[in-house]
Amino acid sequence: MAQSPAHGTDHHDHHAAGHHDPQDLKLLGFWMFLVTDVIMFGTLFATFMVLRGNTDGSITGAEVLEMNGIIISTFLLLTSSFTSGVAVLAMNQNKVKQMIIWLVITGLLGAAFLGLEVTEFIHLVHEGATLQTSAYWSAFFTLVGTHGVHVAVGLFWMIAIIIQIVRRGLNSDTRGKVTVFSLYWHFLDAVWIFLLSIVYLMEVM
Amino acid sequence: MLDNIKEFASEFFVTGDPLIYGADASIVLATIGIVFVLTYFKKWGWLWRNWITTVDHKKIGIMYILAAMLMLFRGGVDAVMMRTQLAFPDLNFLEPEHYNQIFTTHGVVMIFFMAMPLMFGLFNIIVPLQIGARDVAFPFLNSLSFWLFFAGAMLFNLSFVIGGSPDAGWLAYPPLSGAEFNPGVGQNFYIWGIQISGIGSLASGINFLVTILKMRAPGMTMMKLPMFTWSVFAASTTIIFAFPILTITLLLLFLDRFFGAHFFTLDGGGNPMMYINLIWMWGHPEVYIVVLPAFGVFSETVATFARKRLFGYASMVFAMVIISIISFFTWAHHFFTMGSGANVNSFFAISTMIIAIPTGVKIFNWLFTMYKGRITFPTPMMWTIAFIPAFVVGGMTGVMLSVAPADFQFHNSYFLIAHFHQVLIGGTVFGYFAGLYYWWPKMFGFKLNEYLGKWAFWFWNIGFYVCFMPQYLVGLDGMTRRISVFSNPDWIGLNIVSTIGAYLMGIAFLFQVAQIGYSIFRHEKDTTGDIWDGRTLEWSTPSPAPEYNFAVIPQVHSRDEWWEEKERRRRGEKPWQLGPIEPIHMPKNSAIPAIMSACWFVLGFGLVFHWLWMAIPGLIGVFICMFARSFSAHKAEYYIPVEEIERTEAKLRGGSV
Repeated sequence: MAQSPAHGTDHHDHHAAGHHDPQDLKLLGFWMFLVTDVIMFGTLFATFMVLRGNTDGSITGAEVLEMNGIIISTFLLLTSSFTSGVAVLAMNQNKVKQMIIWLVITGLLGAAFLGLEVTEFIHLVHEGATLQTSAYWSAFFTLVGTHGVHVAVGLFWMIAIIIQIVRRGLNSDTRGKVTVFSLYWHFLDAVWIFLLSIVYLMEVM
Repeated sequence: MLDNIKEFASEFFVTGDPLIYGADASIVLATIGIVFVLTYFKKWGWLWRNWITTVDHKKIGIMYILAAMLMLFRGGVDAVMMRTQLAFPDLNFLEPEHYNQIFTTHGVVMIFFMAMPLMFGLFNIIVPLQIGARDVAFPFLNSLSFWLFFAGAMLFNLSFVIGGSPDAGWLAYPPLSGAEFNPGVGQNFYIWGIQISGIGSLASGINFLVTILKMRAPGMTMMKLPMFTWSVFAASTTIIFAFPILTITLLLLFLDRFFGAHFFTLDGGGNPMMYINLIWMWGHPEVYIVVLPAFGVFSETVATFARKRLFGYASMVFAMVIISIISFFTWAHHFFTMGSGANVNSFFAISTMIIAIPTGVKIFNWLFTMYKGRITFPTPMMWTIAFIPAFVVGGMTGVMLSVAPADFQFHNSYFLIAHFHQVLIGGTVFGYFAGLYYWWPKMFGFKLNEYLGKWAFWFWNIGFYVCFMPQYLVGLDGMTRRISVFSNPDWIGLNIVSTIGAYLMGIAFLFQVAQIGYSIFRHEKDTTGDIWDGRTLEWSTPSPAPEYNFAVIPQVHSRDEWWEEKERRRRGEKPWQLGPIEPIHMPKNSAIPAIMSACWFVLGFGLVFHWLWMAIPGLIGVFICMFARSFSAHKAEYYIPVEEIERTEAKLRGGSV
């Protein structure tokens, strides 16, 4: 837990008293943000689990969910997580061009993932499963959709970072941004694993 | 055309009630007055440069406190109106619908828009000064937090004159708060007012955690932290685990109301009790979030005014950490009557009783700190001492409520109302008042008038007991909360007494306003920076502290470092060896937080009225602000040169550093 007093003792080498490394602060702050995001997704997962059986006599997930698209989505997102990691490795070797290429690949994979998700939602709506159908579908669309919104925001964020690196090159500030973005992207990947298991696999098994 | 406009206006504006027309007139007059004064004295630039765009934690703190005081006034007027309606049986002062709105807004305003900003105000002003830092970890985010709170509070308060207030209770239980039973816009104002300010609270929680973990002065280990800062740490940790639950819960309620989803509806497989579980998973930690910093304040005042080291430092820390953990495991005690069975109720009853133990440890620690101390009784200490009996009684009735079988009798009665007001006023409000009086000289460089402060204190305290003690009894007699009229003759006497108490507290508030007003014009300037002979680092700076707080960051050796330093000086030993003054790295002011919060306001207002033509541009505005910040953040810093620091220090300290 974050309350542990042990946190306080080590990281205090003030050579210039009062001047803290801003990247250090941002990284810790971003981890804290991820904690809050974990709680948000946790709440949505809990809601989904409670309302899973409440289909109100209408269609169930098992009837309309198609696993083929989901498997492809999973591979796209997992691969994009890997490529974002490769981008960070390239950044650590100061290979700016390579890094940008890997980031662009990450973005394309993410966009493809989103495209598949939108296709899936359209398919579900055609089958008659909407946010208004039953508590089960409300929880389904909200949970999966929140993850999708996170991916979409991540794409815009990444574009903004790439533009800044093209303009200003790599420095401690832009490096920090790429590091934090990659953290975010891996986090979305981890959330998706839970989504896949709980929302999809448990439903169709 | 004209008829269309008329029809729109009659629905858009709240009409038909003379009280509301009075409010309309006073809002318009106050706005005109403010605009006139600012224009006449040419203060717009000053307001923009020094306040609206500031990222200085001390100024942000002052703005939080000012807003909280205005909200205390609004919430207090609601309370007095409720007590007036309940003074005698079968009164017709407020219509039932109006009464529902008022108890709803009273609760929301007092918790979200009074207690929270007052708490964040004290966090902001004191934490960086106490840990020897120049600002919080993320000054820009800090400003954004404030303006999000402000936008949310304004959106919520707007419901009073536009569209209609929410009326489903302060936690808006569905199905009553759902679209089917509450089709108006009031609940939309509720959702977005709280959602927007809640995002700000979440960001503040992160900000203060990082500040405390990373920005302490050299030598200040966690177990040398001043106790108020420890309480901020415990509260902030609780915030980052609890507030995301609120965000999601309000989002789900919004989806139900706006898009017709079925999370909490009675049809379509929805589950209203799900909402009640979720909201209390946030709501119970929330009451500890607001009371922990009050505990921190008392730990500071009691040590300063007993002139003794705080008794049981480690057990204080341990107690606060335990409280913030257990606070996540007691939520179901708010609805033992749900019918979740004996096993579940036993678990939550026991966890609720357990949480009383660390709280009791703290009470004993404060008492032992006072034991054999040379106690003085200025107003901050009076509030501290008044807190102890108030909180002990409030805590004891809390333990009574935690007995699940007995709770079936207490549930939703005035006994409960008396209990939580006793802990929220006796704990949180008394604590924040103690903090406000204690640190006021640090904020403004002068003490608040003690004479008027003592009048306010006694009116508050006597009014408090006169108001709430009868409510315990009338609650045990069976009077339930949220009824707008009663006709039981047995309840008349107790209700009259309770109403008198509410008016006494209203008078107490007027004394406080008079106290602040009088002190602004008549005060003695504090030149020492250490007006109470304090113990912690904030008192080593001038009052008010310069924008960079510390010209040179001191090296910390012990708890109560400033006290130890003064002892060293008294004994004629070597004082602090402060290094040379170096240029200080500072964040630049930024207009983005205020603009972005205005966009959030537009987004929220659009969603309240289902006006997507307004909401979508608001959302786009929010994103544009985020990009603008991302692209400009690296240019938003500057250095204060050494000569300027030396000049400022010489002016503030009369030559000696």
